[in-house]
Amino acid sequence: MGFADIAFYVFAILVVAAGLFTVMARNPVHSVLWLILAFLSSAGLFILMGAEFVAMLLVIVYVGAVAVLFLFVVMMLDVDFAALKAGMAKYMPVALLIGVVLLMQLGLVFGDWQFAETAETARQAVAPAPGETQNTSALGGLIYTQYIYLFQAAGLILLVAMIGAIVLTVRHRQDIKRQNILDQMYRDPAKSMELKDVKPGQGL
Amino acid sequence: MVGLEHYLTVAAALFVIGIFGIFLNRKNVIIILMSIELMLLAVNINLVAFSTHLGDLVGQVFTLFVLTVAAAEAAIGLAILVCFFRNRGTIDVEDVNRMKG
Repeated sequence: MGFADIAFYVFAILVVAAGLFTVMARNPVHSVLWLILAFLSSAGLFILMGAEFVAMLLVIVYVGAVAVLFLFVVMMLDVDFAALKAGMAKYMPVALLIGVVLLMQLGLVFGDWQFAETAETARQAVAPAPGETQNTSALGGLIYTQYIYLFQAAGLILLVAMIGAIVLTVRHRQDIKRQNILDQMYRDPAKSMELKDVKPGQGL
Repeated sequence: MVGLEHYLTVAAALFVIGIFGIFLNRKNVIIILMSIELMLLAVNINLVAFSTHLGDLVGQVFTLFVLTVAAAEAAIGLAILVCFFRNRGTIDVEDVNRMKG
C-alpha cells in the first residue's frame, strides 16, 4: 500500500465522517466547521485524482466563500436551535430507513457495471498526458474556447445570484435619519437664506 | 491500488449522508442547505472521478459549472432565510405557510 493509497483512505474517512457530523451536530456552528472539513478533505481527494484546479477552486469557493457565508448566517440569526433539534429523535427512524434503502440501491450497482466500448472514442476533450500540460492550463484552454458561452452563462448566474441576494436582504429603515446627497446638492443660498431688514428700535 | 470504484463509493456514501441529513433535520433550514451542499459535493466527486479515469476534461469543466450553481444557490437560499427570519422570527420549515391561502 503506497503513500497515495493511505492518503486516499485518510481523506475518504475524513470526508464521510465530517459529512455525518455535519448533519448530526447539535450546534450549527459545529456543523459549519465539519462542513469545512468535508470540503477540505474532498479537495485532497481531487488532488489525488489529479484535478488540482478543481481542488483549489473547492478550497477558495467553498471554504473561503460558501462556508463563511453559512457561518455568518448561523451567527447572525438569533435562533433557538435547541427547539429545532427537538424533533430529531422522532425523525431518526425514517431518515435511517431512507438512508439504508438508498445505500442498498446504490450498492446493487457496485461492481456490476462496465464502460461502453465506445467510451474511449466518445471523449469530447481528451486530457493531455500528465507532465505534458498542467491541469489548470488544459482546463483554461477548454473553458475559454469550446465552452466560452457556458462560462459566460456561469458568470451571469453569479451576477443574478448576487443581485438577488442584495435585493432580498437590503432593508431601508424608516426610523433613522439618512443623508440625502441630492437634497444637499440642490440646496442654494436663495432657498436656505433670507435677509430681513431690521428696523431700528424694533426686534424681529 | 485505489481505483475508480473507491471514489464512487465515497461519493455514494456522501450523497446518502446528504439525503439522511435532510430527513433528519426536517425543521432546520440551515442544516438542510448544508446537506444539499454535501450532495452536490458528492456529484462533483463522481464527475471528477470519471473525468480523470477516462481522461476526458469535460467532466472537470462540468464540475466548475456545478460549483457555480451551488454557490449561487447557497447565496440565494441564505438570503431568503434571512428575509424569512426577519419576518417570522424563526427558521422552522413547518412555519413556512405564508403562501397558503
